[in-house]
Amino acid sequence: MFILIVGAGRVGSAVAKRALEAGHEVSVLDSDPLSHERLDKDQSTSWEDAGGRFTVAQALEVDGLVEAGIEQADVFLAATSGDNTNLVIAQLAQRRFKVPRVVVRVADPGRAAWYAEQGLLTICPTQIAIDQAEREALAS
Amino acid sequence: MYVIIAGAGKVGWNLARELIAKDREVTLIESDHRRYRVVEEELEHAVQYGDATELWVLERAGIQRADLVIAVTGDDEDNILICQVAKEKYGLERIVARVNNPRNLQHFKLLGVQPAVSATDLILRLIEHEVPEYGLVQLLALEEEHLEIIELEVGQGAPAAGRRVQDVVLPDGSLIISVLRNGAGFVPKADSVIEAGDQVLLILDPGLEGDITPQFADNGTALSDG
Repeated sequence: MFILIVGAGRVGSAVAKRALEAGHEVSVLDSDPLSHERLDKDQSTSWEDAGGRFTVAQALEVDGLVEAGIEQADVFLAATSGDNTNLVIAQLAQRRFKVPRVVVRVADPGRAAWYAEQGLLTICPTQIAIDQAEREALAS
Repeated sequence: MYVIIAGAGKVGWNLARELIAKDREVTLIESDHRRYRVVEEELEHAVQYGDATELWVLERAGIQRADLVIAVTGDDEDNILICQVAKEKYGLERIVARVNNPRNLQHFKLLGVQPAVSATDLILRLIEHEVPEYGLVQLLALEEEHLEIIELEVGQGAPAAGRRVQDVVLPDGSLIISVLRNGAGFVPKADSVIEAGDQVLLILDPGLEGDITPQFADNGTALSDG
Protein backbone atom coordinates (compact mmCIF):
# COMPACT_ATOMS: atom_id res chain seq x y z
CA MET A 1 0.00 0.00 0.00
CA PHE A 2 1.07 3.59 -0.63
CA ILE A 3 0.49 5.83 2.37
CA LEU A 4 0.78 9.62 2.31
CA ILE A 5 1.10 11.29 5.70
CA VAL A 6 0.84 15.07 6.03
CA GLY A 7 2.40 16.35 9.24
CA ALA A 8 5.58 14.80 10.65
CA GLY A 9 4.79 15.50 14.27
CA ARG A 10 4.75 12.90 17.01
CA VAL A 11 1.77 11.05 15.56
CA GLY A 12 2.61 11.41 11.88
CA SER A 13 6.26 10.41 12.20
CA ALA A 14 5.51 7.42 14.44
CA VAL A 15 2.84 6.08 12.09
CA ALA A 16 5.17 6.69 9.13
CA LYS A 17 7.99 4.64 10.68
CA ARG A 18 5.69 1.79 11.62
CA ALA A 19 4.11 1.71 8.17
CA LEU A 20 7.53 1.62 6.50
CA GLU A 21 8.65 -1.20 8.80
CA ALA A 22 5.49 -3.09 7.93
CA GLY A 23 6.60 -2.98 4.29
CA HIS A 24 4.38 -0.22 2.95
CA GLU A 25 5.42 2.57 0.64
CA VAL A 26 5.41 5.76 2.73
CA SER A 27 5.60 9.42 1.79
CA VAL A 28 5.63 12.20 4.40
CA LEU A 29 4.93 15.89 3.77
CA ASP A 30 5.64 18.69 6.24
CA SER A 31 6.19 22.42 5.91
CA ASP A 32 9.13 22.31 8.33
CA PRO A 33 12.35 20.76 6.94
CA LEU A 34 13.55 20.12 10.50
CA SER A 35 10.64 17.77 11.12
CA HIS A 36 12.63 15.23 9.10
CA GLU A 37 14.70 14.57 12.25
CA ARG A 38 11.76 12.81 13.85
CA LEU A 39 11.75 10.31 10.98
CA ASP A 40 15.44 9.48 11.48
CA LYS A 41 15.31 9.35 15.28
CA ASP A 42 16.08 5.91 16.78
CA GLN A 43 16.56 4.42 13.30
CA SER A 44 19.70 2.63 12.12
CA THR A 45 19.46 4.15 8.63
CA SER A 46 18.20 7.47 7.40
CA TRP A 47 14.54 7.78 6.39
CA GLU A 48 15.38 7.92 2.69
CA ASP A 49 17.85 5.02 2.87
CA ALA A 50 15.12 2.98 4.50
CA GLY A 51 12.96 3.74 1.47
CA GLY A 52 10.84 6.58 2.80
CA ARG A 53 9.93 9.75 0.93
CA PHE A 54 9.89 13.26 2.39
CA THR A 55 8.52 16.44 0.81
CA VAL A 56 8.79 19.95 2.23
CA ALA A 57 5.67 21.97 1.34
CA GLN A 58 2.70 23.77 2.80
CA ALA A 59 -0.15 21.35 3.33
CA LEU A 60 -2.60 23.35 1.22
CA GLU A 61 -0.28 23.67 -1.77
CA VAL A 62 -1.59 21.30 -4.42
CA ASP A 63 1.79 21.11 -6.18
CA GLY A 64 3.40 19.83 -2.99
CA LEU A 65 0.70 17.22 -2.42
CA VAL A 66 1.09 16.00 -5.99
CA GLU A 67 4.87 15.87 -5.62
CA ALA A 68 4.41 13.82 -2.46
CA GLY A 69 2.29 11.38 -4.46
CA ILE A 70 -1.32 12.11 -3.48
CA GLU A 71 -2.50 10.94 -6.91
CA GLN A 72 -1.13 7.47 -6.27
CA ALA A 73 -1.97 7.22 -2.56
CA ASP A 74 -4.14 4.38 -1.26
CA VAL A 75 -4.25 5.94 2.19
CA PHE A 76 -4.08 9.58 3.25
CA LEU A 77 -3.46 10.60 6.85
CA ALA A 78 -3.92 14.26 7.82
CA ALA A 79 -1.94 14.69 11.03
CA THR A 80 -0.72 18.28 11.18
CA SER A 81 -1.08 20.22 14.43
CA GLY A 82 -3.97 22.24 12.99
CA ASP A 83 -7.52 20.84 12.96
CA ASN A 84 -8.61 23.22 10.24
CA THR A 85 -5.70 22.38 7.97
CA ASN A 86 -6.35 18.67 8.53
CA LEU A 87 -10.04 18.95 7.72
CA VAL A 88 -9.46 20.92 4.53
CA ILE A 89 -6.71 18.68 3.14
CA ALA A 90 -8.58 15.51 4.11
CA GLN A 91 -11.56 16.69 2.08
CA LEU A 92 -9.22 17.60 -0.81
CA ALA A 93 -7.78 14.08 -0.70
CA GLN A 94 -11.25 12.57 -0.64
CA ARG A 95 -13.13 14.74 -3.13
CA ARG A 96 -10.49 15.96 -5.55
CA PHE A 97 -7.90 13.19 -5.53
CA LYS A 98 -10.28 10.33 -4.74
CA VAL A 99 -7.91 8.69 -2.26
CA PRO A 100 -9.72 5.49 -1.21
CA ARG A 101 -9.02 5.77 2.50
CA VAL A 102 -8.71 9.13 4.23
CA VAL A 103 -7.95 9.42 7.94
CA VAL A 104 -7.95 12.78 9.71
CA ARG A 105 -6.85 13.85 13.16
CA VAL A 106 -9.22 16.37 14.75
CA ALA A 107 -8.55 17.59 18.28
CA ASP A 108 -11.94 19.30 18.65
CA PRO A 109 -14.48 16.61 19.69
CA GLY A 110 -17.47 18.56 18.38
CA ARG A 111 -16.22 18.75 14.86
CA ALA A 112 -14.61 15.31 14.93
CA ALA A 113 -18.09 13.91 15.55
CA TRP A 114 -19.81 16.01 12.90
CA TYR A 115 -17.24 15.38 10.15
CA ALA A 116 -17.35 11.66 10.99
CA GLU A 117 -21.10 11.81 10.27
CA GLN A 118 -20.20 13.40 6.91
CA GLY A 119 -18.13 10.36 5.98
CA LEU A 120 -14.60 11.25 7.10
CA LEU A 121 -12.63 8.78 9.19
CA THR A 122 -11.81 11.05 12.11
CA ILE A 123 -9.53 10.34 15.05
CA CYS A 124 -10.04 12.57 18.07
CA PRO A 125 -7.19 12.36 20.61
CA THR A 126 -9.14 14.64 22.95
CA GLN A 127 -12.15 12.33 22.96
CA ILE A 128 -9.90 9.34 23.56
CA ALA A 129 -8.29 11.16 26.52
CA ILE A 130 -11.69 12.15 27.88
CA ASP A 131 -12.99 8.61 27.67
CA GLN A 132 -9.87 7.15 29.27
CA ALA A 133 -9.72 9.78 32.00
CA GLU A 134 -13.36 9.17 32.77
CA ARG A 135 -12.81 5.41 32.97
CA GLU A 136 -9.78 5.74 35.22
CA ALA A 137 -11.16 8.49 37.42
CA LEU A 138 -14.50 6.82 37.94
CA ALA A 139 -13.11 3.30 38.36
CA SER A 140 -13.89 1.97 41.78
CA MET B 1 -31.21 40.54 9.11
CA TYR B 2 -28.80 38.89 11.55
CA VAL B 3 -25.16 38.67 10.47
CA ILE B 4 -22.31 36.73 12.10
CA ILE B 5 -18.81 37.84 11.18
CA ALA B 6 -15.83 35.60 12.02
CA GLY B 7 -12.56 37.48 12.47
CA ALA B 8 -12.21 40.98 13.91
CA GLY B 9 -9.25 42.07 11.85
CA LYS B 10 -9.43 45.25 9.80
CA VAL B 11 -11.93 43.74 7.37
CA GLY B 12 -14.18 42.16 9.99
CA TRP B 13 -14.20 45.13 12.35
CA ASN B 14 -15.01 47.62 9.61
CA LEU B 15 -17.66 45.37 8.12
CA ALA B 16 -19.28 45.09 11.54
CA ARG B 17 -19.20 48.87 11.95
CA GLU B 18 -20.79 49.48 8.56
CA LEU B 19 -23.50 46.88 9.06
CA ILE B 20 -24.33 48.16 12.54
CA ALA B 21 -24.57 51.69 11.08
CA LYS B 22 -27.12 50.26 8.63
CA ASP B 23 -29.12 48.92 11.59
CA ARG B 24 -28.25 45.27 11.01
CA GLU B 25 -27.88 43.00 13.99
CA VAL B 26 -24.27 41.83 14.04
CA THR B 27 -22.13 39.49 16.12
CA LEU B 28 -18.42 39.60 15.51
CA ILE B 29 -16.31 36.65 16.74
CA GLU B 30 -12.59 37.04 17.53
CA SER B 31 -10.25 34.35 18.83
CA ASP B 32 -7.34 36.57 19.89
CA HIS B 33 -8.02 37.81 23.39
CA ARG B 34 -6.10 41.06 23.13
CA ARG B 35 -7.72 41.96 19.85
CA TYR B 36 -11.10 41.08 21.32
CA ARG B 37 -10.53 43.50 24.23
CA VAL B 38 -9.66 46.32 21.83
CA VAL B 39 -12.69 45.76 19.63
CA GLU B 40 -14.99 45.27 22.61
CA GLU B 41 -14.24 48.82 23.78
CA GLU B 42 -16.10 50.04 20.74
CA LEU B 43 -18.56 47.33 19.78
CA GLU B 44 -19.35 46.10 23.33
CA HIS B 45 -21.78 43.16 23.30
CA ALA B 46 -21.66 42.89 19.49
CA VAL B 47 -18.30 41.13 19.73
CA GLN B 48 -17.75 37.71 21.29
CA TYR B 49 -14.50 36.01 22.25
CA GLY B 50 -13.90 32.55 20.81
CA ASP B 51 -12.74 30.37 17.94
CA ALA B 52 -15.42 30.56 15.27
CA THR B 53 -14.35 27.24 13.80
CA GLU B 54 -15.73 25.53 16.93
CA LEU B 55 -19.38 24.58 16.75
CA TRP B 56 -20.30 25.70 20.27
CA VAL B 57 -18.89 29.16 19.61
CA LEU B 58 -21.04 29.52 16.50
CA GLU B 59 -24.05 28.22 18.43
CA ARG B 60 -23.41 30.64 21.29
CA ALA B 61 -23.42 33.43 18.72
CA GLY B 62 -26.82 32.19 17.55
CA ILE B 63 -25.94 30.66 14.19
CA GLN B 64 -29.29 28.84 14.15
CA ARG B 65 -31.10 32.13 13.55
CA ALA B 66 -28.41 33.84 11.43
CA ASP B 67 -29.23 34.99 7.89
CA LEU B 68 -25.66 35.49 6.78
CA VAL B 69 -22.22 34.29 7.89
CA ILE B 70 -19.13 36.19 6.76
CA ALA B 71 -15.76 34.50 7.38
CA VAL B 72 -12.92 37.00 7.12
CA THR B 73 -10.17 35.60 9.33
CA GLY B 74 -6.57 35.63 8.15
CA ASP B 75 -6.59 31.83 7.67
CA ASP B 76 -8.11 30.33 4.56
CA GLU B 77 -8.65 26.96 6.24
CA ASP B 78 -10.66 28.63 8.97
CA ASN B 79 -12.76 30.62 6.51
CA ILE B 80 -13.48 27.50 4.45
CA LEU B 81 -14.55 25.43 7.44
CA ILE B 82 -16.63 28.16 9.10
CA CYS B 83 -18.62 28.59 5.89
CA GLN B 84 -18.84 24.86 5.18
CA VAL B 85 -20.26 24.19 8.63
CA ALA B 86 -22.61 27.19 8.38
CA LYS B 87 -24.01 25.85 5.11
CA GLU B 88 -24.00 22.12 5.63
CA LYS B 89 -24.63 21.77 9.36
CA TYR B 90 -26.77 24.81 10.09
CA GLY B 91 -28.42 25.15 6.68
CA LEU B 92 -27.51 28.77 5.99
CA GLU B 93 -28.05 29.77 2.38
CA ARG B 94 -25.99 32.93 2.45
CA ILE B 95 -22.30 32.94 3.24
CA VAL B 96 -19.36 35.08 2.20
CA ALA B 97 -15.76 33.94 2.60
CA ARG B 98 -12.52 35.84 2.33
CA VAL B 99 -9.68 34.28 0.36
CA ASN B 100 -6.29 35.37 1.73
CA ASN B 101 -4.12 33.47 -0.73
CA PRO B 102 -5.63 33.47 -4.25
CA ARG B 103 -4.09 30.06 -4.84
CA ASN B 104 -6.48 28.64 -2.26
CA LEU B 105 -9.53 29.77 -4.22
CA GLN B 106 -9.75 26.30 -5.80
CA HIS B 107 -10.21 24.77 -2.34
CA PHE B 108 -13.09 27.14 -1.54
CA LYS B 109 -14.79 26.14 -4.79
CA LEU B 110 -14.17 22.42 -4.31
CA LEU B 111 -15.83 22.50 -0.89
CA GLY B 112 -18.76 24.58 -2.11
CA VAL B 113 -17.76 27.78 -0.31
CA GLN B 114 -19.01 30.53 -2.61
CA PRO B 115 -18.89 33.45 -3.00
CA ALA B 116 -15.24 33.61 -2.00
CA VAL B 117 -13.76 37.10 -2.17
CA SER B 118 -10.05 37.66 -2.68
CA ALA B 119 -8.71 41.13 -1.92
CA THR B 120 -5.67 40.38 -4.06
CA ASP B 121 -7.88 39.59 -7.03
CA LEU B 122 -10.01 42.68 -6.45
CA ILE B 123 -6.94 44.91 -6.38
CA LEU B 124 -5.59 43.18 -9.49
CA ARG B 125 -8.86 43.97 -11.26
CA LEU B 126 -8.64 47.58 -10.13
CA ILE B 127 -5.16 47.76 -11.58
CA GLU B 128 -6.48 46.33 -14.85
CA HIS B 129 -9.30 48.84 -14.72
CA GLU B 130 -6.80 51.69 -14.48
CA VAL B 131 -4.34 50.18 -16.95
CA PRO B 132 -6.32 48.03 -19.36
CA GLU B 133 -3.90 45.73 -21.08
CA TYR B 134 -6.16 44.53 -23.87
CA GLY B 135 -8.79 47.23 -23.63
CA LEU B 136 -11.02 44.69 -21.88
CA VAL B 137 -11.83 44.62 -18.19
CA GLN B 138 -13.82 41.87 -16.60
CA LEU B 139 -16.08 43.59 -14.10
CA LEU B 140 -18.09 40.74 -12.72
CA ALA B 141 -18.21 37.00 -13.18
CA LEU B 142 -21.42 35.26 -12.15
CA GLU B 143 -20.01 31.77 -12.11
CA GLU B 144 -23.11 29.95 -10.98
CA GLU B 145 -25.15 31.70 -13.67
CA HIS B 146 -22.44 31.36 -16.33
CA LEU B 147 -22.48 35.04 -17.20
CA GLU B 148 -19.93 37.80 -17.06
CA ILE B 149 -19.90 41.53 -17.52
CA ILE B 150 -16.98 43.19 -19.31
CA GLU B 151 -16.00 46.74 -20.10
CA LEU B 152 -14.41 47.72 -23.40
CA GLU B 153 -13.17 50.98 -24.82
CA VAL B 154 -14.27 51.74 -28.39
CA GLY B 155 -11.16 52.42 -30.43
CA GLN B 156 -10.76 55.00 -33.22
CA GLY B 157 -11.92 53.40 -36.45
CA ALA B 158 -13.27 50.31 -34.68
CA PRO B 159 -16.00 48.46 -36.61
CA ALA B 160 -18.53 49.41 -33.92
CA ALA B 161 -17.59 53.13 -33.89
CA GLY B 162 -20.26 55.26 -35.55
CA ARG B 163 -22.69 52.34 -35.77
CA ARG B 164 -26.08 51.95 -34.15
CA VAL B 165 -26.25 49.29 -31.43
CA GLN B 166 -28.49 47.10 -33.63
CA ASP B 167 -25.86 47.16 -36.38
CA VAL B 168 -22.89 46.16 -34.22
CA VAL B 169 -21.98 42.59 -35.11
CA LEU B 170 -22.08 40.58 -31.88
CA PRO B 171 -22.24 36.84 -31.29
CA ASP B 172 -25.43 35.31 -29.85
CA GLY B 173 -25.21 35.27 -26.08
CA SER B 174 -23.90 38.82 -25.74
CA LEU B 175 -25.59 42.17 -25.25
CA ILE B 176 -24.52 45.80 -24.83
CA ILE B 177 -26.07 46.91 -21.53
CA SER B 178 -24.53 50.31 -20.93
CA VAL B 179 -22.50 53.05 -22.57
CA LEU B 180 -20.24 55.42 -20.63
CA ARG B 181 -19.52 58.69 -22.40
CA ASN B 182 -17.95 61.89 -21.02
CA GLY B 183 -18.21 60.61 -17.47
CA ALA B 184 -21.92 59.74 -17.68
CA GLY B 185 -23.57 56.43 -18.44
CA PHE B 186 -26.78 55.50 -20.24
CA VAL B 187 -28.58 52.35 -21.30
CA PRO B 188 -28.52 52.37 -25.08
CA LYS B 189 -31.48 51.62 -27.32
CA ALA B 190 -31.26 49.75 -30.61
CA ASP B 191 -30.77 53.02 -32.50
CA SER B 192 -28.24 54.60 -30.09
CA VAL B 193 -24.99 55.31 -31.89
CA ILE B 194 -21.73 54.01 -30.42
CA GLU B 195 -18.86 56.52 -30.66
CA ALA B 196 -15.12 56.09 -30.60
CA GLY B 197 -13.89 56.73 -27.05
CA ASP B 198 -17.04 55.31 -25.43
CA GLN B 199 -16.72 52.70 -22.72
CA VAL B 200 -19.27 49.98 -23.34
CA LEU B 201 -20.41 47.36 -20.86
CA LEU B 202 -21.48 44.01 -22.22
CA ILE B 203 -23.04 41.00 -20.57
CA LEU B 204 -22.04 37.71 -22.18
CA ASP B 205 -21.60 33.99 -21.90
CA PRO B 206 -18.01 33.34 -20.82
CA GLY B 207 -15.75 32.51 -23.73
CA LEU B 208 -17.21 34.97 -26.23
CA GLU B 209 -14.66 37.71 -25.49
CA GLY B 210 -12.55 36.74 -28.48
CA ASP B 211 -15.46 37.32 -30.90
CA ILE B 212 -16.44 40.59 -29.26
CA THR B 213 -13.19 42.49 -28.80
CA PRO B 214 -12.42 42.93 -32.56
CA GLN B 215 -15.65 44.92 -32.99
CA PHE B 216 -14.42 47.52 -30.50
CA ALA B 217 -10.69 47.51 -31.13
CA ASP B 218 -9.23 50.16 -33.41
CA ASN B 219 -8.28 49.17 -36.96
CA GLY B 220 -4.66 48.39 -36.23
CA THR B 221 -5.44 46.01 -33.40
CA ALA B 222 -8.29 44.39 -35.27
CA LEU B 223 -6.05 43.76 -38.27
CA SER B 224 -3.18 42.40 -36.23
CA ASP B 225 -5.65 40.16 -34.43
CA GLY B 226 -6.44 38.52 -37.66
